[in-house]
Amino acid sequence: MTSRTTAPSSPATAPVPPVPPVPSATPARRKGRGSRPGGRLPLLLVLPTLVLLVAALGYPVAWQLVTSLRKFGLKQQFGAPPEWVGLDNYVALVTDPALWAVVLRSVVFCLVTAFVTVAVGGGIAVLMNALGRGVRLVLQVSLLLAWAMPVVAAMTVWIWIVDWRRGLLNWLLVHLGVDGAAGHNWLAEPLSFFVVASTIVVWMSVPFVALSIYAGLTQVGTEVVEASMLDGAGGWQRLRYIYAPLVAPVLSIVLLLQLIWDLRVFTQIKLLQDAGSVANETNLLGTYVYQLGTGKGDFGTASAVSVLMLLLTVALSWRYVRSLMAQEN
Amino acid sequence: MRRSRTSRVLLSVLALAVSAVWAFPVYWMLNSAFLPNVVLQSTTPTFLPFGGSFDNFGVVAGDPAFGRALGVSLVVTLTTVVAALAVAFLGALAVSRFRFRGRTSFVLALLLIQMLPAEGLFIAQYKMMSSLGLLNRSLGLAVLYTAAVVPFTIWMLRGFVAGVPADLEEAAMVDGLSRTQAFLRITFPLLAPGLVASGVYAFLQAWNEFTVALVVMTEEQSRTLPLWLRGFVQASASRETDWGQVMAASTLVALPVIVFFLVVQGRMSSGLVGGAVKG
Repeated sequence: MTSRTTAPSSPATAPVPPVPPVPSATPARRKGRGSRPGGRLPLLLVLPTLVLLVAALGYPVAWQLVTSLRKFGLKQQFGAPPEWVGLDNYVALVTDPALWAVVLRSVVFCLVTAFVTVAVGGGIAVLMNALGRGVRLVLQVSLLLAWAMPVVAAMTVWIWIVDWRRGLLNWLLVHLGVDGAAGHNWLAEPLSFFVVASTIVVWMSVPFVALSIYAGLTQVGTEVVEASMLDGAGGWQRLRYIYAPLVAPVLSIVLLLQLIWDLRVFTQIKLLQDAGSVANETNLLGTYVYQLGTGKGDFGTASAVSVLMLLLTVALSWRYVRSLMAQEN
Repeated sequence: MRRSRTSRVLLSVLALAVSAVWAFPVYWMLNSAFLPNVVLQSTTPTFLPFGGSFDNFGVVAGDPAFGRALGVSLVVTLTTVVAALAVAFLGALAVSRFRFRGRTSFVLALLLIQMLPAEGLFIAQYKMMSSLGLLNRSLGLAVLYTAAVVPFTIWMLRGFVAGVPADLEEAAMVDGLSRTQAFLRITFPLLAPGLVASGVYAFLQAWNEFTVALVVMTEEQSRTLPLWLRGFVQASASRETDWGQVMAASTLVALPVIVFFLVVQGRMSSGLVGGAVKG
C-alpha cells in the first residue's frame, strides 16, 4: 500500500514504506525440497487474495477505464445517463492548459523533493558511517522518531510551526533580522507554499532514505576499505571509487521510490491547503483529481486523470518491481 | 579509520545538530501539548514545558468527537489487521511453499498493485462504496484497507515462511505427526515474529491512513482519528486556534504509533531458526 498510504506509505504517503530491497536476513530457500507442486491446494490458498484484490482494486480500475470514456456534465447531475464520448476526455485533458499546469507543478515538485531527499539522506548516511557509536545511536533514534510520526500528526505540528500568527518560524526569522517575516503567511503564495510542502516531505522521507543507504554502506567490507587505504586512497577517493559503486544499486532504488511517492503526494498538500491557501494555485495531481471528482462531480475527467496517474506509476515502478522479482528468483 | 580529533568532534557536533532538526518537531508537539493557551499566545515561544499540565489532554480526550473517532479507528484498524493477516498468510504459504502455475505472475501482480497510488483509485472506490451502501461504514473502509495492505503483507510474510525450513516440518512428520499437526506445532510458532511484524505493518497503515478515509468517510460521526485531527487544521484557517489542544490531540494519535514502531524496528530481523537446521 505504501502508501496508501500513505505511503508505506510513502514517506510522501505512508509512514512505514516497504522495507528497502536490501537482501533480507532470511536464509535462501533450498531448491527442490520445500517447494511442492501441490495440485489444487496452492490455488485455493491464493483465492481469498484474488477475490479481495479484484473486488476492491480491480473493479475500481475497470470502472475508471470505462468512466474515463464517458461524459458527466450538467445533464447527468439531473439524472441523465452519462454519454459515451470515446477518448474525448483524454483529448480535452491533453489540450487543457490547466491540467498541464498541474502536471508541470507535480513533476517539478516531485523531482526537486526526491533529489533533495536522496542528497540529504545520502549525506546523513555517510555521516553516520563516520561517527562513533554513541552519537550514531542518538542520530538513529531521532531519525526513527521522525519516521514514526503519523503523517497527519506531523502535519499539524508543521502547520503550527509555520502558523503566521504565532508560529515558531516567523519568530525565528524576525530574530534573525528578516524584514517582513512578522505575520507573513507562507501558505498564501504558491511558491513559498511549495517550499514549505517540500521541506516537510523531505523531513518525513529522509529517515527511510538515510537508514537504507547507511545499511548499504555497512555492507561494504572493511577489507576493501583497508586495502584502498594502503594503496593511498584519501577520504574523497574512497567515497568516489569504493563506496559509490557498491551503494549505487540501493541509491537508485531509493531514488526511484522517492520519485514514485513524491509524484502522488496528497495528504501533505491537502492539509496545507486546508490550513489556508488557494487550492486552485497549489493543486498537484492527487488534489486535482480529488477536486474534480468530489468537488465538481466531473467523474469522466477525474477518471481520465486517474488512469493517466496509474499508467505513470506502473511505468515508473516497473524497474523497481523487476529488481524485487530478481531477488525472489 | 584514523581521523584527527578536531574533525571527529566537528562530525559529532554536526550529527547532533542533524538529530536536533529531525527530532525537533516531535519535541515541539509534546512541549506545546503541555502548555496552556495563555503561554502559547505570547509573542515569545516557550521552549520548555515548565509549569505545564495535562489539562490539554483532559480537554481533548473528554471531547465526545475524540471518543467516536477513536472507536471508528479501532474498529477499522483491528478488522484490517485480522483480515489482512488471515488472507495474506494463506497467500504467503502458497507463494513460498508451492511452485504452481501462474506463481510468478501472481507475485509480479502483487508487487505492481502494491505500488498503485490511492490517489489514482479513490474516485472509483468512492463510487463503488456509495453504490454498495458502504459509505461511512467501518466495514467498507476496512475492506479497502485490507486490499491495500495485503500485497505487501504477503511479500513480507513470504520471507518469514520461507525462513522456516520445510525440512523441520518433514522431520516432525517422520517422527509421527500429521502434516496439519506438524504445521500447527512446528511451523506456526516459528512464524509468530513474522505475523507480529506484518500485523504491526497493517496496524500502522490503517491507523495513519488519511486519503481513502477522507473520500469514503464523509460524515462527521464516521471520522477516523486522522480525519478528526484534520478538523483542527481546517478550523485553524479561519479562526484563532488553541494550538496546545491541537498538539495534545496529535500526541494522542501519535503515541501508540511511535511506541509500536520503536519496539518493532529492533525485533523484526532477528533470525529465530538459525540453529534449528544444521548445514
